[in-house]
Amino acid sequence: MEQKRHMGLKTLNRVSNTAIYILLIIISVVWLIPFVFILLQSFRVESTYQVGYVIPHEWGWQNYLNLWNSDFKRWYLNTFIIALASAVLITIIQLCMSYTLSRFRFKMRAGLMRFMLILGMFPGMLTMIILYRVLSDLGLTQANAVPGLILVGVASSGMGYYVSKGFFDTIPKSLDEAARVDGATRFQVLYKIILPLSKPIVIYTILTAFMGPWGDYVFARYVAFGTSAGYNVAVGMYSWLTNDQIARMYTTFCAGGVIVALPVTILFLCLQKYYVEGVTGGAVKG
Amino acid sequence: MKRYSDLEYLRLSKGQRFANKLAAFFTGIPGAIGRFFIKIGLAIKNGFMALVNEIKDILSTFIHGDWKTKTSFVIMGFGNLTRGQILRGLLFMLFEAVFIIYMVTTGGYWLSMLPSLGKVGPTSEYNAVLDTYVTAYNDNSFKILLYGVLTIFFIVAFIYTWVVNVKQNKLAEQFLKSGKKLKSDKDDLRSMVDEQFYKTLLALPMTGILVFTVMPIVFMILVAFTNYDGAHNGFSNNLFTWVGLDNFNTLLSWKGGAGGGQSYSATFGEILTWTLIWAFLATFTNYFLGMFVAMMINKKGIRLKKMWRTILVMTVAIPQFISLLYVSKMFARNGLINLSLQSLGWIKEPLPFWEDPTWARITVIVINIWVGIPYLMLITTGILMNIPADLYESARIDGANAWQQYRKITLPYMLFITGPYLLTSFTGNMNNFNVIYLLTGGAPTNPAASGAAGSVGYTDLLITWLFKITTGAESQYYLASVVGIMVFVVVALISLVVYNVLPSIKNEEDYQ
Repeated sequence: MEQKRHMGLKTLNRVSNTAIYILLIIISVVWLIPFVFILLQSFRVESTYQVGYVIPHEWGWQNYLNLWNSDFKRWYLNTFIIALASAVLITIIQLCMSYTLSRFRFKMRAGLMRFMLILGMFPGMLTMIILYRVLSDLGLTQANAVPGLILVGVASSGMGYYVSKGFFDTIPKSLDEAARVDGATRFQVLYKIILPLSKPIVIYTILTAFMGPWGDYVFARYVAFGTSAGYNVAVGMYSWLTNDQIARMYTTFCAGGVIVALPVTILFLCLQKYYVEGVTGGAVKG
Repeated sequence: MKRYSDLEYLRLSKGQRFANKLAAFFTGIPGAIGRFFIKIGLAIKNGFMALVNEIKDILSTFIHGDWKTKTSFVIMGFGNLTRGQILRGLLFMLFEAVFIIYMVTTGGYWLSMLPSLGKVGPTSEYNAVLDTYVTAYNDNSFKILLYGVLTIFFIVAFIYTWVVNVKQNKLAEQFLKSGKKLKSDKDDLRSMVDEQFYKTLLALPMTGILVFTVMPIVFMILVAFTNYDGAHNGFSNNLFTWVGLDNFNTLLSWKGGAGGGQSYSATFGEILTWTLIWAFLATFTNYFLGMFVAMMINKKGIRLKKMWRTILVMTVAIPQFISLLYVSKMFARNGLINLSLQSLGWIKEPLPFWEDPTWARITVIVINIWVGIPYLMLITTGILMNIPADLYESARIDGANAWQQYRKITLPYMLFITGPYLLTSFTGNMNNFNVIYLLTGGAPTNPAASGAAGSVGYTDLLITWLFKITTGAESQYYLASVVGIMVFVVVALISLVVYNVLPSIKNEEDYQ
C-alpha cells in the first residue's frame, strides 16, 4: 500500500514535469518567434512588403544595403552618442543621489524623498511642450537634437534613484562608521570603501542608462520632428512603417531591427547577471 | 458599515475582512478629510507663528547686532568678509550683485508683465528700407510666463539666502563673543567633502531636477489656467492670457464638443475608464502569469533552468519599439497572421485585430502579457526562492495539495513583498505610452469622440490622448495641461487609497 502510494506520487510528478516542459517549450517558441521572423524577413529579397510566409524565397543582403544607403547610419550614430553620454552622466548623477539618500541623515531628507515621489506622479509627457520650446530657444532641436536629448535625459535622471538606493541600503553602515573613526572623510568613505563594493549596481545603472535611449521614441520625435538628421533609430524607423512607406520599407525595417537589437542584446546577455541582481534586489523594495 | 468586536472579526472570512476594511476606509473618508483640513489649518498656523518668530529674530539681530552685522543687512556677506570668512563673504556678495543686476535689467520686466502675459501682440509695420510691411514681434506670452516663474523662483531663493546671511552674522557674533574661533575658508572647503558632503553630492542632481522637472511642471500647471494653444502661441499669431478655471469647466462640462460630437467630459470619462481597466488587467495578468512561469522554472526537477530564463530575459534587451512595431504589423489587416491564415484557408475575411474596438483592446492586453512576463518572471524568481522551504515541507506533511500551498503560502508571501511594486506598476501602466502608442496609436477611432481634441480611439489612454492633443492640428496645450493634472489627481488618489488600505491587509496575512 505504502509502496503503491509512493509510485503514484512519482508518476504524478513525472506527468506534471512533462507538462511543464511542454509549456516551457511553447513559451520559449512564442517569445522568440517574432525575433526569428524579423531575422528571416530581413534577408528576403523578392518583395519588400508584408507577405503570408516567413521563409524567404530568395535570400540576399539587399535590405542591409538599403540601410547603408539611407539615413539609418546617421540615426544609429545619433543614438549611439546619446546612449554613451547617458551611460556616463546618468550613472554619476544617480549614484550621487542614491548614495546621499541612503547614507546621510539631513533635515530635508524625508521631505525631499516625498517631494520626488509626488513629482513622479505627474505624467512626464506634460513637460515636453515647454522643454521643447526651451531647447529650441537654446538651438538644441531639429538637427541639433542630440545634445538636447542628452541634456534633458540626464537632467531629470536623479529621480530614478530607487534601485541603487535599495542596493546601498544593504551595505552595512558599520563599515562607514569604522572608517570614520579611523579619520576618513565622507568623500574618502565613498571613494575607498563604498564604490569598490558597488560594482554590481554601477554596472546595472550603466547598462540600463545605455539601453534606454535605444528605445526612446516620444520625446525624441518631439524634439527632432521633421529633420531626419536629428532622428534616433526609433523615430527614424517608425517613419518607415507609416501607411505610405510600409510597402517599400518593411523588410528594410526588419534589417534595421536586427542591426539595432544585436549589439544591445549581446551586451545585455554578457552583463545579464548584474541586471538580474539589480531588478530582483532593488526594483521591488523601491 | 457594521462594527465588529475582536472575536467576531476573527471569525470572518478573508473576503469579508477585506470588504470590512474597504468599507471602513471609505466611510472614514469624511473624517479623514476633516482631519486633513484641521491639519492644514494647524500647519498654516504653525507656519505663520514660525514666520513671526523668524521676523522677530531678524529684527532683534538688527537691533542688538554690531555695525558689521547691521551693514550685512544691506550688503550681504559684509560680516563674513570683515570677520575673516573671505570665501563665504565673496559668494554672498556675488549672489546679491547678480540678483540686483538681473532684477534691474530683465527680471522686473518679466514680473510686471506676468499678470497680463503681454499686452501688444505682433503688429504689421511699414518698413521704409524694404518698402513693404513686415511683422514686428512685440510681447511674448510664453517667455513672460516662463521667465516670470523663473524670476519668482529666483526671488524666493534670494530671500532665503538673505535670511541665511543674517543668521550667520548673528552666530558669528555670538561665537566671537564667547571666545570661540570661526570656521576658516579651509574648514569650509574641507567640510564640503566631509560633514556637508551630501550638499556637494546633491547639488548637480537637484539642479537638474529643479530646472528640467519642477520648473516645467509648475509652468504646465499654470498653462492649464491660460488659453495657450496653436492659435494663441503667445508670439507669432496671438498672445495668450489667463482664463481662470474655464479649461477645467470645458473638460468637465456636459456640453457637446465642437463639430457636434459628444462632450469633453463624456470623452474624458470613457478614456479614464479604459485607462483604469487597462492598468488593472495589464498589472495583474502580468503579475500572476509571470509568477506562474517563474514557479514552473523554479520547480524541483526541472532541468536547464538557466536556459529557460535566458530565453525570456533576452527579449527584455531588445528595444521595445522594434518588437512592438513588428508585432503590431504582424496583427495588421494585411499582416503576417491574417495573410497566412487566409492562405491556409482557415479564414476568409481578415481578423479585425486593430479594427474592432473589443478585438483591439483584447489584443493589446495579450501582447502586453508577452511584453511583461519576462520582467515579472525575473522579479518573482528571486522572491520565490527566498520563501523558507520548511513552510512547504510542513504544509505537505499536513496534506496540503499544490493549490492549497500556493493559496496559503506563496501568494500571501508574494503579495506582502511586492505590494508597493504592484502599486507603482499599476500607476506605471496607467501612463504606459509606449505599448499603446507603438501597437495601435490609439486606433480604432471612436467616431463619437471626434469632436474632442485630436482623434480619440478606443485604445487611447489618458497619456496617449494628452500626446495627441499637443501634437494635433489645434495644439490645445491648455487642454493637455488639464488632462495632465487630472492624471496626477487620479494617480495620487489611487496611491493614497492603496497606502491606507494595504498595510492593514498585510498585517492580516499570517505567515505561520
